[in-house]
Amino acid sequence: MKTMLQNREILLAVLILVMILLVGVITPDFLLPSNLLAVYNDTSILIILALGQMLVILTRCIDLSVAANLALTGMVVAMLNSAYPALPVPLLMGVGALLGLLLGVVNGALVWKLGIPAIVVTLGTMSIYRGLVFLLSDGAWVNAHEMSASFVSIPRSTVLGLPVLAWVSVLVIVIMVHFTRQRRLGREIYAAGNNPTAAFYTGIQVGRLQFVAFSISGLLAGLCGYLWVSRYAVAYVDVAAGFELQVIAACVIGGVSIMGGIGTVQGCVLGALFLGVINNALPVLGVSPFWQMAISGAVIVIAVIANSRAERKVGRIILKKAALHAG
Amino acid sequence: MSDSNPMFSLRGVSKSFPGVKALDQVQLDLYPGQVTALIGENGAGKSTLVKTMTGIYQPEAGELRFRGEAVSLDTPEAARQLGITAIHQETVLFDELSVTENIFAGHYLTKGRFKQLDWAGMDARARQILQDIEAPIDPQTRLKYLSIGQRHMVAIARALSFDAQVVILDEPTAALSHHEIEELYAIVRRLKEAGCAIMFISHKFDEIFAIADRYTVFRDGCYVGDGRIDETDEAGLVTLMVGRTVEQVYPKASAKIGDTVLQVKQLSHPTEFDDISFELRQGEILGFYGLVGAGRTELMQALFGVSRGVQGTVEIGQERVDIRSPADAIKAGIVYVPEERQAQGTVQEMSIFQNISLPQLSQINRSGWLNEEAEYALADTYASRLQVKAPNWREKVGNLSGGNQQKVVIGKWLATQPRVIILDEPTKGIDIGSKAAVHAFMSELVQEGLAVIMVSSELPEVMGMADRIIIMHEGQAVSEVARHEFSAERIVSAASGG
Repeated sequence: MKTMLQNREILLAVLILVMILLVGVITPDFLLPSNLLAVYNDTSILIILALGQMLVILTRCIDLSVAANLALTGMVVAMLNSAYPALPVPLLMGVGALLGLLLGVVNGALVWKLGIPAIVVTLGTMSIYRGLVFLLSDGAWVNAHEMSASFVSIPRSTVLGLPVLAWVSVLVIVIMVHFTRQRRLGREIYAAGNNPTAAFYTGIQVGRLQFVAFSISGLLAGLCGYLWVSRYAVAYVDVAAGFELQVIAACVIGGVSIMGGIGTVQGCVLGALFLGVINNALPVLGVSPFWQMAISGAVIVIAVIANSRAERKVGRIILKKAALHAG
Repeated sequence: MSDSNPMFSLRGVSKSFPGVKALDQVQLDLYPGQVTALIGENGAGKSTLVKTMTGIYQPEAGELRFRGEAVSLDTPEAARQLGITAIHQETVLFDELSVTENIFAGHYLTKGRFKQLDWAGMDARARQILQDIEAPIDPQTRLKYLSIGQRHMVAIARALSFDAQVVILDEPTAALSHHEIEELYAIVRRLKEAGCAIMFISHKFDEIFAIADRYTVFRDGCYVGDGRIDETDEAGLVTLMVGRTVEQVYPKASAKIGDTVLQVKQLSHPTEFDDISFELRQGEILGFYGLVGAGRTELMQALFGVSRGVQGTVEIGQERVDIRSPADAIKAGIVYVPEERQAQGTVQEMSIFQNISLPQLSQINRSGWLNEEAEYALADTYASRLQVKAPNWREKVGNLSGGNQQKVVIGKWLATQPRVIILDEPTKGIDIGSKAAVHAFMSELVQEGLAVIMVSSELPEVMGMADRIIIMHEGQAVSEVARHEFSAERIVSAASGG
């Protein structure tokens, strides 16, 4: 019973392995380590965004603006690069992350200080941020030839066999594991989402933690702005349009409860990988993109049902029986 | 001892909520090394006072003094830093987190330069505290797997994990077994010896006389008196607390007991209750008593068709009925007035008359169009009869006081002309005047031939009003007592599994 959630994660991991093997039976090339690495690399951005989203969902909120945030920071970074090619890439990454943080702070402040429901706030800022991309670029694209060589190549260059993009996601995972297990703020986020009343009685400020969660989600989205734009070597208004839904789906599939307070980094990463494998495997199998969406959708519904079953309260008679068996 | 200075005192403290003055110029003194019992009926303002003392509510007027100095408690954090800690009536804890984390949430132990959380340290400390209070609970268990009694022990462990100066126990024994209560007394004595000032809230006089040194009595949000416990007796406290005689609060009228209207056979729920059988006669008030979480509310919800997976049979007037939803129950003549009035009983944003007509819109408005006049007339009948206090029946229910909201809920169900009415904690949190009115009305109902099931956690209420009491413990009906056999000891001991 105690390990139900962990079991769920093991189940998800097994499911991912089975999927990979099944695809491998049909297309053996899919199993090549280089390909699997490519699948991971391709999922990196989803993983990073899903981890930020997880913190927000843990506090009983939702961040619909992550993809728009990514598009806006990506555009700013790309335009800076094309206007001032001499600016070092790490600086641009920092600028992207900071700008993303700022956009997240706006979300968080509106939720915290004005008490507006997160879904309304981020639905609004989603459109505003997306609109800003258009205002900034005038609808024009920033294409690969306008970007500096290092801007495009850095995320692709490999260090110790892994592309920098993948390393960034690994780093984010490690930091998030530490944050959610070993930091006071991280634990308070769980408490705040699990029982806001109790959290308040405990002296934990729920609103402040929602603010923190939105800020981190924004920061990570800003970081992904650069990663996305450089990876696809293009920036335009509709970059990552609708991607926020994939991000939320990854969380839900990974066992993050939409009611807040429940969810782990490993579950969330597995949820993202699950979608990543589907996204990469279906084209290999020649499945139409429309089916891909339907399959992802079905998986999300199944995951939500599985979650609600796992979270069901334990009744006293069950408790008594369990005590009898134990004793 | 009263010559020593109080550790914590309140003077002239007031706090109101829309429609209710919860605290009106109250005063209270807590002395170091002494237990002060705060006594009052439900709705006397005790819980509001606790929340004011722990920084959850801010008073509108008055002064709080800690060790002689005026303090303002703007946040729960501020109260905690002074060492003021409360174990609340409803244990407010985190289901999904471990016991250790529940104990340390908000004041985690850290280690090293980077303030990493010290889980090993916290686990060890939690284990130590739990051992001290003789609660054999594994600190790494998630809270949702613990019984209600164990959760209380965790709440107590949490309070002890601070450097507590003032400890407030808000009805700590409501969900504890006899054995656990004994352990609690031992803990309280230890805290006394350590010089803590303790405030103890309880409805049970035997507990008050066993553990308290002083008492303070509140009634309807006002301070009415205090003193040393050895200079008073139960009758004296009751007079202060109630301010009127028992007969006025529990106007039990004899009604003619008729045929069986409701027969329940072997009703079982997969997790909440097991093998419950009973019958209910016309003109009867059947009380269900038990500790919080004994499964009473769940049983009533099953009768009303809210729960799923329930097995067993229900007969209304010899006829077997299949209740799968509240609509089925209403049709069969069973109505349920829930405990959570605001969440389950009324639509706060709608008017009184719309609330009352809600369950039978299709009967009133046969043409399919809403007939407001007919709705208003129906509501008028019942709202007038129940003496709902409002300018007119177009007033929003949300603007009424708790007692009047309760009357609207009851009126709503009476309008459906039921045969069985289930009242779940009908007077919880309402003032004594409304309480007496609800009780008087209950007597009227049975005299008119209705059958009433009353779920209550208040012993005086069930003993005062019921013709028969069924006592539940951990999902089982453990005992049934008829009115002439009522004894407080017997009922309480059955309810705590004795």
